[in-house]
Amino acid sequence: MQFPEELKYVKSHEWIKVEGDQARIGISDYAQDALGDLVFVNLPEVGDEVEAGDVFADVESVKAVSDIYSPVSGIVAAVNEELMENPEKINVDPYGAWMILVEKITETEECMDAAQYREYIENQE
Amino acid sequence: MDKKTPLYDTHVKAKGKIVSFAGYLLPVQYEGVMAEHMAVRERCGLFDVSHMGEFVLTGKDAGKNLNALLTNDYSHMEDGQARYSPMCNEQGGVVDDLIVYKVREDHYFIVVNAANKEKDLAWMQAHIFGDAVCQDVSDRVALIALQGPKADQILKKLVPDEAIPKKYYTCKFDQNLQGIRCGISKTGYTGEEGYEFYLEGKDAPAFWDLLMKAGKEEGLAACGLGARDTLRLEAAMPLYGHEMDDEITPLETGLGSFVKMEKQDFTGKSALLKSGEPKRLRVGLKVVGRGIVREQMDVYGNGKLVGKTTSGTHCPYLGYAVAMALLSKDYTQPGTRVEVEVRGRKVEAEVVSLPFYKRKKQ
Repeated sequence: MQFPEELKYVKSHEWIKVEGDQARIGISDYAQDALGDLVFVNLPEVGDEVEAGDVFADVESVKAVSDIYSPVSGIVAAVNEELMENPEKINVDPYGAWMILVEKITETEECMDAAQYREYIENQE
Repeated sequence: MDKKTPLYDTHVKAKGKIVSFAGYLLPVQYEGVMAEHMAVRERCGLFDVSHMGEFVLTGKDAGKNLNALLTNDYSHMEDGQARYSPMCNEQGGVVDDLIVYKVREDHYFIVVNAANKEKDLAWMQAHIFGDAVCQDVSDRVALIALQGPKADQILKKLVPDEAIPKKYYTCKFDQNLQGIRCGISKTGYTGEEGYEFYLEGKDAPAFWDLLMKAGKEEGLAACGLGARDTLRLEAAMPLYGHEMDDEITPLETGLGSFVKMEKQDFTGKSALLKSGEPKRLRVGLKVVGRGIVREQMDVYGNGKLVGKTTSGTHCPYLGYAVAMALLSKDYTQPGTRVEVEVRGRKVEAEVVSLPFYKRKKQ
């Protein structure tokens, strides 16, 4: 399982890539593997407000629906529309398949680096 | 405490993702639900369904008991024949749905849903009469299903042709598959051609390995409960606890052809007669809007509540989301547009005729 060093991770298994004063958000390799084959993604719209610790999207596998939590508070600057048509991209390339880009960030959840996240997962199993 | 099937270690070794289901630890998937689903539609899949319950009903009055307990007619059956039936309560609701095999005169083998085992046995024993005994043999019996267009080809490598049942819903008992004693039944729950094997639990791991090895060339895939559910749903096969339960009648589920009202009497008959034509019916819904409909979601027609969904998923083979629902009779015509409330959002769906998927005749 891959956990790129340049990303930060939160306990609810989303990753964050800080780009200047913006943050790109997706779900980790561990999360996509646990969810299974994804067949549907519901994403917010540009301009929507997201809150740290709150749901901003949901994804559905063949079996179940799961909420995706935002690690930051801010405003949605961009949405990866491509995922709506091809949700399986999240399974294939979880770190390329970003979900939203957030700007005007006012708050960030407590994050882990790759090594800490790996340890967190190992302790969960 | 969850029970393990005789194949538990086999599943763990093959990296099946184990979950608790109906009191058993079983793999929900191996490689992935989509891949396993497609394997069964295009090639072949192998399932451990040992959690299912098996009863043996014996005695001079066994046949009479079946006719009194079950809605289908068991008067004329050949040895080795299988027949599906709902089992109703006094109100016409469904206690369980099951398959009865006639092994020989006065000797029947019954397969019931895992979650209903205790309930069914108690129900049967409370209603049994005359010379008849019903025994639960579930703990001794393993059940393995081989399903898909290549099932025949794979099975032929392991047994002589005369050991293979030719007609759908028939079974050859007491066969010998490479030294393992088993019953070979031409049945299944996927919408594909295939076989189900009844055997002793202790032989199950070796049997599983034999089949997996024999099916290697054909691309046989080990499949979990996830694919079992998406396959049966895509083929629009009803599942107890979803499309039927103690408060849903078999007529509402659309199982009228398994309810023989002309039979002298059976439990639930008078209630079914009294309630007359069902006011709600099981329908198929094709999701037209964006989203995936699941079970127990409210369905609206012209803005008013007209029913509830009973199962729903994204169909891997068809490539779109479907659901089954119990809807008020006025909304059951194919082509009718309805809306399903999916977590606060209304998603548009269209009533379509069932099944969603039907295999092409070869």
